[in-house]
Amino acid sequence: MSTLLLVTLLLPLVGGVVVAALPTDRLQLAKQLTLGLSLVVLVLTLVMAVRFDTGGERFQYVSSYTWIADFGVRFALGVDGIAVVLIALIGVLVPVVVAASWNDEPPRRPHERAVDREHAAGADRPVARGMHSMKAFFAWLLVLETMMIGVFAATDVFLFYVFFEVMLVPMYFLIGSFGGPRRQYAAVKFFLYSLLGGLIMLASVIGLFVVSQSQLGQGTFAFDALRQLEITPGTQKLLFLGFFIAFAIKAPLVPFHTWLPDAGAEAPIGGAVLLVGVLDKVGTFGFLRYCLPLFPDASRFFAPFALVLSVVGIVYAALLAMGQSDMKRLIAYTSIAHFGFIGLGIFAFTTQAGTGAVLYMVNHGISTGALFLIVGVLINRGGSRLIGDYGGMARITPLLGGAFLIAGLSSLALPGTNSFVSEFLVLIGSFGTQPVFAIIATAGIILAALYILLMYQRTMHGPDNLSNPRLRTARDLDKRELATIGPLIALIIVLGVYPKPLLDIITPAVEATMVDLGATDPAPTVAEEAGS
Amino acid sequence: MDETTSYAAATGALSTIWLLIALPLLGAAVLLLSGRRLDRTAPVIGTAVVAVTFALSVFYVVTLAGQDNRSVSVDLFSFIPVGSLQVDAGLLLDPLSAVFILLITGVGGLIHLYSIGYMHNDPGARRFFGYLNLFVAAMLLLVLGNSFVALYVGWEGVGLASYLLIAFWYTRPNAATAAKKAFIMNRVGDVGLALAIFLMFATLGSTSYAEVLGGADALTGGTATALALLLLLGACGKSGQFPLQAWLPDAMEGPTPVSALIHAATMVTAGVYLIARSAPIYNLTETGRTVVAIVGAVTLLIGCVAGCAKDDIKRVLAWSTVSQIGYMFLAVGLGPAGYAVGILHLLTHGFFKAGLFLGAGSVMHGMHDEVDMRKYGALAKRMKITFATFTLGYLALIGFPFLSGFYSKDLIIEAAFDKGGTSGWLLGGAALLGAGLTAFYMTRLMLMTFFGEARWSKGVEPHESPTVMTAPMIVLAFGSVFAGFLLVNVFPLESWLEPVFGPRPEVDHVIEPIVVTLLVTAFVALGIAAAWVFVGRREVARTAPVSVSAVVRAARANLYGDAVNESVFMRPGQWLTRALVYVDNKGVDGAVNGVAALMGGSSARLGRAQNGFVRSYALGMLGGSILVVAALLAVRFG
Repeated sequence: MSTLLLVTLLLPLVGGVVVAALPTDRLQLAKQLTLGLSLVVLVLTLVMAVRFDTGGERFQYVSSYTWIADFGVRFALGVDGIAVVLIALIGVLVPVVVAASWNDEPPRRPHERAVDREHAAGADRPVARGMHSMKAFFAWLLVLETMMIGVFAATDVFLFYVFFEVMLVPMYFLIGSFGGPRRQYAAVKFFLYSLLGGLIMLASVIGLFVVSQSQLGQGTFAFDALRQLEITPGTQKLLFLGFFIAFAIKAPLVPFHTWLPDAGAEAPIGGAVLLVGVLDKVGTFGFLRYCLPLFPDASRFFAPFALVLSVVGIVYAALLAMGQSDMKRLIAYTSIAHFGFIGLGIFAFTTQAGTGAVLYMVNHGISTGALFLIVGVLINRGGSRLIGDYGGMARITPLLGGAFLIAGLSSLALPGTNSFVSEFLVLIGSFGTQPVFAIIATAGIILAALYILLMYQRTMHGPDNLSNPRLRTARDLDKRELATIGPLIALIIVLGVYPKPLLDIITPAVEATMVDLGATDPAPTVAEEAGS
Repeated sequence: MDETTSYAAATGALSTIWLLIALPLLGAAVLLLSGRRLDRTAPVIGTAVVAVTFALSVFYVVTLAGQDNRSVSVDLFSFIPVGSLQVDAGLLLDPLSAVFILLITGVGGLIHLYSIGYMHNDPGARRFFGYLNLFVAAMLLLVLGNSFVALYVGWEGVGLASYLLIAFWYTRPNAATAAKKAFIMNRVGDVGLALAIFLMFATLGSTSYAEVLGGADALTGGTATALALLLLLGACGKSGQFPLQAWLPDAMEGPTPVSALIHAATMVTAGVYLIARSAPIYNLTETGRTVVAIVGAVTLLIGCVAGCAKDDIKRVLAWSTVSQIGYMFLAVGLGPAGYAVGILHLLTHGFFKAGLFLGAGSVMHGMHDEVDMRKYGALAKRMKITFATFTLGYLALIGFPFLSGFYSKDLIIEAAFDKGGTSGWLLGGAALLGAGLTAFYMTRLMLMTFFGEARWSKGVEPHESPTVMTAPMIVLAFGSVFAGFLLVNVFPLESWLEPVFGPRPEVDHVIEPIVVTLLVTAFVALGIAAAWVFVGRREVARTAPVSVSAVVRAARANLYGDAVNESVFMRPGQWLTRALVYVDNKGVDGAVNGVAALMGGSSARLGRAQNGFVRSYALGMLGGSILVVAALLAVRFG
């Protein structure tokens, strides 16, 4: 038993409650407390990752407590090599988001419906209170951090389900209370979509319990026990679909994707970073952690279907990204294309592709997080989300331009940046088992270059855009912004040059998953011929 | 072929060859991150870094030459280790990469020096030298990498540097668009290179030169051909070869030193390097080699024809580069008979074309950045050094006897005829015709720029460039004159490269070499004469004539390459994108919202749900779960 993971999980929640309980006029203290706590959590997650024994047990830092004894539900935590790197990603992103949101103001609310006005109790009051104060924003951030860590750390399927659902709540409020003009619409759409997926998954979770009851005599939700079950292929298919649909909405794969551009565009920048950077990864994480090991036959049966959705997503979302005029929507669409790559990596069933997919989840969180933050600064300066309202910014704000370029190059997976390694692994790994899909996906790298460079050229290059007078006096990145964006840019380069430490943690977990699945990597064909 | 792929582990001084990449990379980082403090010293720092790198290169190559095994490899660290895929970051110094590092750092150093003068008044000079250093580092990684993945990293790195430098004056929309075009068209080629690497791993289980090139003999014919064609696609993108040639002339939007270094002497020849490096694969596939040779022959003619019709001095030189790289592709497409000859032409071209571009830059420098040759004329007397060095480069390019281009181009044409059969005659004929056309467009350029009447715009007072610019031009002019002779007769390149490509096969000449030389000389003379007749004797109009033949119109439009790209890819792509945005907003999303509205009974009720139901449900969920967790904790820890 280790309490490190448990402490890491609960610390932000406790902090969130404390921050929420602070008086409204102690906003500065609330911010400092949030930042301090998130930095402590960062250290804890990094310690966990560094001390993770790559040759040791599959799940480490485990702790387990009886929860609902009658149904065999346990509050069981533990991380494998996949979860530990994703939790480290959370550890990195939350303080960055806190710092990035430091000077944010709650949105003005004059145009909202009467119901809200009653809640706000006097629309002309200068300081927003209650649910809409920035103090609430930071409290929700901390609560969200616990939920996100929990969803990756749960080793009990029921506990996973609980975190999966409850995670929606803080994010719902982050979008709905602090987002852009259409935040209510976007928040509800996000919530309903996810809730629908979650309910379908709940049916499968219960189904798993029933199967375990009939096979083991006593029902359980423990992941390690469930993956030993011998489930008939027919049952597997049904249960698989329950999980798959929930995860495909979360990730999201085309055609379950339309909530993401709205949510990504309307969420406050910090919320968007965590939504696209972490929350969506729960979907792809779920494929790898639950769909493949628990339902190997069904995974093989549905793999072509999942691969088609993934590859269609790569091309379709990239084309859509090119057609966007709103920068935040554009980034949201690029993320859908990237989730296509991750899906391809997971359902190609090789060690390289699977490892690449996990690394992709981490890298995408870093590079898209950086992109959102940079676009957030741009919007702060220019007062618009539209690409057409910018131009020539590389001259006016050279640091911002440089950061935008590096984050963009990472998004298009240029070698030397982190994303290259993961995209390369996904493609080279899937080429062996799924050459057709791999070839189409490889052609997708042309589209990635197009959507990034088009946006970069239109905002950063060209003559100054005189139609937007705010640009002429736009400030370059200040110290606080450098301190938030800088670390992500540094990670983009460092992980692009030396990804080995992460790969060493991830690979054994993916190999274990391939064993669960009964998949073996294809041998080099020439060696095969020589051997036979 | 075994002797070609056994690499010794580097020992002693040679184990530090990573410095070659680290130094310019450090230079780039310092220059780009230093801020305004280094604005004034940046040109000197950037140039000094490359000069030191050149000195190191010379030292390493001399050390290498003193060894028995002239192929040494250094493994630096494990880059991408996942299961059976083990990609190491490692370098290989062998005779082939040795000539490249000398070319890159030598010519690169001269061009850095020249840039001190050329970029003297540009406020972005620090950024410029930072990008140039970045380019040198990436280009050295490209040629020094000991695996296809390391090559790919360098390959994309030079692509990035090229993008940044074409867009150096990014406030000009043309420059920004040209940079993007270059990057995208290169990416098309990169898909080929990437797929080739995937196929290598799937068949041979590795991406390192040692195992892929060493194990290539085990490949089936079909796989070898597929690899050869995929690599060729990558090479075509980087080297501006048909059908991916359209970006290279547009790349002239970048500052002229960039055109000289990246888009003439080094980066655009990376495709030739890739094919030569992959020789063990191309040796297995007649089909693959033939396609390479055809691509080269077609491109060299396209480049010549387009070059004849251009009035922009840099565009003429750019199309000339396209065409000359076509010669190199033709050469390496001939297999063992042509690899070394192709590299020879690559080196001599590196000297004279870099010299020509620097000369063009010097002319522009003296003419207020005017690039239209119709507004030049009579510059020979005003810019004596530029005229002299440019003339030597010109003579070398057209293959004037005993100058650099004479040796290398002659050998290519000879080898093409020696291929034998119909294909030999066709390829040789194309190369011969190209030699004549080259003489035509280059003589036209000379006549319009340096001779005839002065057609200068008002207020333009041509003057010679400062010494810091003319000195590199003089050095390169020496190279243009002597490099061919030296590399054939004094330090024979072919025997230096023999450990890489194996001995050149003995062939029966289809046409005797002396006859080929006479034929080439005759074609060149014809081209010069034609230029004299059509350009030299007449007065050059200050504006290009409008009523011209269909051939000239086609040549001016780059044989409609851009038009094809636009009508086949760009516009349909834009329509598709717009249509999909509409469908996704109205169709997919509409269907989802429609279902939601149906379920809610009406959109009004959905609206009410937004403020009441969902929020309270959400809070309820949270409250409930917090209670549960609290209860749990109370039970456990209470």
